[in-house]
Amino acid sequence: MNGIGLEHILFISTALFFIGVYGFLTRKNMITMLMAIELILNSININFLAFNKYLYADKLDGLFFTIFIIAIAAAEASVAIAIIIHLYRSLKSIDVDDADLMKF
Amino acid sequence: MLNSNCIALIPLLPIISFLIIGLAGRRYFPKFSGILGTLSLLTAFILSAIVAFQYFFEVGKVDGVYQKIVAMKYVWLHLLPNVSIDMGILLDPISVMMIVIVTFISLMVHIYSIGYMHGEPRYATYYAFLSLFTFSMLGLVLSTNIFQIYIFWELVGVSSFLLIGFYYEKPSAVAASKKAFIVTRFADLGFLIGILVLSYYSETLDFQTLIARLTTEGPYLSSIAGASFIGASALTWGLVLVFAGGAGKSAMFPFHIWLPDAMEGPTPVSALIHAATMVVAGVYLVARLFPIFSHSCPQALDVVAYIGIFSSLLAAVIACTQTDIKRVLAYSTMSQIGFMMFALGVSGYGGEEGLGFMASMFHLFTHSIFKALLFLGAGAVIHYVHSNEMKDMGGLRKLMPITHITFLLACLAIAGIPPFAGFFSKEEILLACWNSNKIIFGAAVLTAGLTAFYMFRLYFSIFWSKEFKSHNNNHDDGHHGEAPATMLLPLIILAGLSVVAGFVPFSQLVTSDGAGFATEFHIGFALGPILIAVSAIILAWFMYSKESLVPQKVADSLKGFYTAAYRKFYFDEIYLFVTKKIVFNLIGRPAAWVDKNIFDGFMNLLASVTVALSEAIKSFQSGKTQEYAIYFFAGTLGFVLLFIYLWT
Repeated sequence: MNGIGLEHILFISTALFFIGVYGFLTRKNMITMLMAIELILNSININFLAFNKYLYADKLDGLFFTIFIIAIAAAEASVAIAIIIHLYRSLKSIDVDDADLMKF
Repeated sequence: MLNSNCIALIPLLPIISFLIIGLAGRRYFPKFSGILGTLSLLTAFILSAIVAFQYFFEVGKVDGVYQKIVAMKYVWLHLLPNVSIDMGILLDPISVMMIVIVTFISLMVHIYSIGYMHGEPRYATYYAFLSLFTFSMLGLVLSTNIFQIYIFWELVGVSSFLLIGFYYEKPSAVAASKKAFIVTRFADLGFLIGILVLSYYSETLDFQTLIARLTTEGPYLSSIAGASFIGASALTWGLVLVFAGGAGKSAMFPFHIWLPDAMEGPTPVSALIHAATMVVAGVYLVARLFPIFSHSCPQALDVVAYIGIFSSLLAAVIACTQTDIKRVLAYSTMSQIGFMMFALGVSGYGGEEGLGFMASMFHLFTHSIFKALLFLGAGAVIHYVHSNEMKDMGGLRKLMPITHITFLLACLAIAGIPPFAGFFSKEEILLACWNSNKIIFGAAVLTAGLTAFYMFRLYFSIFWSKEFKSHNNNHDDGHHGEAPATMLLPLIILAGLSVVAGFVPFSQLVTSDGAGFATEFHIGFALGPILIAVSAIILAWFMYSKESLVPQKVADSLKGFYTAAYRKFYFDEIYLFVTKKIVFNLIGRPAAWVDKNIFDGFMNLLASVTVALSEAIKSFQSGKTQEYAIYFFAGTLGFVLLFIYLWT
């Protein structure tokens, strides 16, 4: 346990978070963007678990939050995929730049 | 005993028939609405005759003085603890006399209109308007309260507007109705300010309290007489402004310009409104407030007298030159109302002193009868000739014998020939002037002579002069000279009354303080005016009974004056000049410029700033999800950095 400290894990989760943000901002495929969102959510999950384990080892709150976020992420993914399918049906494309109808 | 419900029905019947005819009659029973209106008016007339009989002979007199009776009163609008606007019915000699006159003349006009307006497409609308007018006039004369009179005053103005503009397809009728409305409205502004001044100082709107407070010495009178504004007391200002409102309705100088143009309405309407009832509203108003004028403010009464005599003389001169018969009658109305006004103006209060007041009311009474007759007779002539111009008429006495006789009787009555109605009332007026002001007396005699002259000029031009030549041939087939029976009946009734109305003992019934007094008949005094009238008639006969060049020569010899009079002394032109050139250019246009450029400009500036700003920032909303995400992350990042480095 000496080798791996809280900082290492936070570093991993921060890296994961920014990889997700980068992916969300640069990918044009909506499915890939959804995957990038999953990365962001999971980086949060890692944060929760790490703080739970290193700071409050006798409590389970962070663990519960992680499970909760996984459930939310599943629900969110299903809604997002439904939206993507509908966009595909009307636009014949899942490129995010094609779905720019809501503007001035 | 007077039954107050019965009295309340008098003004309510016309408003009910107005509602029925106006809402349902026009669609469901247009032909029947004339009969309905006439019947409701007949009932109202019978009721008012009963009320008048009871008032004058049974209940009105206590100790030889006619009392003011408030037959009905309820608080309509409570303004202050001791000031409220009431709706009620006030009976005193003048209001009782007025309801009889108004319902009677209105009844005659209703009957006459059945024939005159026959076949008119908007027949039911016409009767609805007539009923509305009668209602407003009755409400006006029965008012207990100066604000109530103002409300009905405006209603009368509206119904007059509707009736003058009845033929709204004619641009001239529309112009005339607007002119009448705007001019009287302008005068009513004075009336309203006058009401406010009087009621501000006397702290009441009720006539009886107002008169009591402003005629007896006390805090109210001293406060209003003490407050001065531009050289006159607040009382004088208030009364003069109230009189200005009256002058507007009664077509006194300088508000007289609307009356001749108001002849654009149907002729029976002219008879009802612009001869017999509405135009005397101003006289009635002054008579209603007469104790205040007389006791507390003789200066205001002088204003009434001089405006009255000036309008009277002015109108008489103009009437001599007009060629449209209805315009002649209109100016003669203005002249006769001038008589009533200056008779009030020279009058004192109480007993023999109040002769002018009595004479004025007497003249109002007789004038409404013979002037209605003149207008209805002129209507019958116009109905037959289809023209208002004198030159299209002449020689009608053989074609329309009944109209001819009735018209002659009315002319004799207005000219003041004994024993017709106008003689007695005019005699009393002249006597009242003789007793108080010789200048006014001289002008009044001159006006009376002119009256006889222009009325007989009218009479001879219509019924004598040349032979009548019909301009269209419709008359030959079955269209006889005389009007239908519904039109002749009112003419005959009114003609009969014009003969006998002068014998009513007015000085016993309608006086300034309610107490009767005896009038003597001075044969020596009466002789002069009669001789002047007779010679004026002979002069008119000489000039107009045959077609001749004499009138033209006379007109040529007085060229400048004649043209000025023919053009009504350029009052219309002066007013147009003042409004169009001066008011519009100096006030209207700068105000419009400020409105367009300053106020609208400020609003436009705000709008264009908003537009420019939103143009500049609208590209942020591009519809691209990832751009939004960048802004979101950048924003969040910004907040995070803010919190980390600035949070202490």
